[in-house]
Amino acid sequence: MTRSTPTRPAGRSPTRPSPRVRTLAQRDARAGQTLLAPTLVVIVLVIVVPIAWTIVLAFQDLRLIDIRRRGLMGDFTLDNLTGVFSSPGFYNALTTTLLYSMVGTVTSIGLGLVAALALRGWFRGRAVVRGFMLLPYVAPVVAVTFVWQTMLNPQFGIINEIGASVFGWTNPIAFLTQRSAEVSIFELEFDVPVALLTVMAFQAWRYFPFAFLFLTARMTAIPAELEEAARIDGATPTQRFRHVIWPQLLPVIALLTVLRFIFTFNEFDDIYLLTGGGAGTEVVSVRIYELLTARGDIGAASAQALVLSLVLVILLGIYFRFFGRHLQDAR
Amino acid sequence: MTRTDQSRLTVPTPARRRWNRDAVETRVFRVLGWMVIAVLVLVTAFPLYYMVMLSLRSLDQVVLRPGLLWPAEFDVSTYVSVLTSVADGGQGFLVFLRNSFVIAVLTVAVTLLAAVPGAYAISRLRFAGRRQVSALFLAVYLFPAILLAVPLFVFFAGIGLRGSLVGLVIVYVAQTVPISIYMLRNYFETVPVSLEESAAIDGCSRFQIIRWISLPLALPALMSTALYVFMIAWNEFLFALLFLAEDRDRWTVSLGLSQLAGSIEIPTTVLMAGSVLLTLPIIGIFFLAERLLVEGLTSGAEKG
Repeated sequence: MTRSTPTRPAGRSPTRPSPRVRTLAQRDARAGQTLLAPTLVVIVLVIVVPIAWTIVLAFQDLRLIDIRRRGLMGDFTLDNLTGVFSSPGFYNALTTTLLYSMVGTVTSIGLGLVAALALRGWFRGRAVVRGFMLLPYVAPVVAVTFVWQTMLNPQFGIINEIGASVFGWTNPIAFLTQRSAEVSIFELEFDVPVALLTVMAFQAWRYFPFAFLFLTARMTAIPAELEEAARIDGATPTQRFRHVIWPQLLPVIALLTVLRFIFTFNEFDDIYLLTGGGAGTEVVSVRIYELLTARGDIGAASAQALVLSLVLVILLGIYFRFFGRHLQDAR
Repeated sequence: MTRTDQSRLTVPTPARRRWNRDAVETRVFRVLGWMVIAVLVLVTAFPLYYMVMLSLRSLDQVVLRPGLLWPAEFDVSTYVSVLTSVADGGQGFLVFLRNSFVIAVLTVAVTLLAAVPGAYAISRLRFAGRRQVSALFLAVYLFPAILLAVPLFVFFAGIGLRGSLVGLVIVYVAQTVPISIYMLRNYFETVPVSLEESAAIDGCSRFQIIRWISLPLALPALMSTALYVFMIAWNEFLFALLFLAEDRDRWTVSLGLSQLAGSIEIPTTVLMAGSVLLTLPIIGIFFLAERLLVEGLTSGAEKG
């Protein structure tokens, strides 16, 4: 960000003071602030003020029905915050959110890396295939969740049909409404959280293009000489990946981890549309939505949103404490 | 591909052994690469194919033969049914399409109106608070949408803008302006300063420079940014759900589809047709924007 700017010649020499005429730099500064003003107004009104307001609301006992009668400042209380921590559902939702975010982040980046590596070499039709890779990410979330729901439908979904005819499933699997299923492998019984795993698979499917885009861009920027030199020195493909490509990708992967974790942690649409938060997939953001709309409990919803953000900030703090160096490299 | 030539040139003796580690790995990864590509194409394209296919079948047929991969009959009555108005016994998606379109276009217009000067200012002009502004924009995406949703919901309910398209557009603009500024800023920075300086020497004011020099040069970038914003606004779900859910006449396509998806009266295949109508414009725009993005990157070279 430290672009060296040529020192601009002042509009007037300092020996002739005239307060009405500004230097070019001064005029630029003024123009800059003017040009940015509309953006700032919108951002402050729709982002900054609401965030501040959430904090205020979190300390008030407010219901949706009261909102027209009561002003901004009511009686302040800590009940909402204590309510967040004393309700058993919150810890479940927080655990689910964390699990969902971690698995979703790792799988989407992993799949993106695999896709980027597979599509590295040129072949006829690669541009089209690359276009296909981005489809899950650009397609409307409502449309793709609806298609997934239909595909996974126990009555007429294609997945269960294939499972029954090809893999010989005796009973259709209710992927999105079944909390858990017992699976026995080598006579060991496992409890598999079916719906949660399905939602995680959707997460990996929908967001791997994001990682794919970043990683592909980074890979094209790696100088070909690096790998060529390693090849001449006798490095095999795995060795070249491990010692040449991987170190080059590491900063981007560190950045992607942060971004994906933030986005997944705050994710609402996917889970709400797929399961509605049922069958053991209730994450905190879905819980907040339910509090807000079904119960109209603004105070509790705000308090949960606040706690959610605080947890995220703490986690990010820990991450930057340990991996901050990689992120510095990425920029 | 010059790979084979190089290996012949550089490693004369070990190349005689056919099954060294390098050769094995190269072969294994070549096969694996093709398998991965095949699986990825199947996984990304199939759901969309399935969507189109299901929209052309009747539900009875789907329940009867769920494994069919090619529609035995082409039944376009689903599209008719989904588009006709509720009064005529359809689902009224035509109204939803209009709402989505109006919201998306308004969002694009207002976002660009704010983002173009903003991006120019950040890329070209030095002023107090420039760095803090960039940090503020980053912070926008750090907070969950649901956190903003609570007070915005309360606020718009309070001033009676809840349920109005205008309120929704304002929220969308705030969500899309930072990313637009980021995209446009990168392009403005590729416009050579010398061009602007020569215009300034010729007597252009700052605003004339933007209008006559920078904007025309950044036109491809402007287009791709506009399409990107359009996609975000068209696809958005949460705020549409919070603000517009009560009044069916104001539903967007996304909202309409999600609200109707749970009902048992409407056949899934009819809603699949609605799903296709929701997705098609985005897929079209996406392939358009991909091309424009490349154009935007390669254009704007300085001459002389």
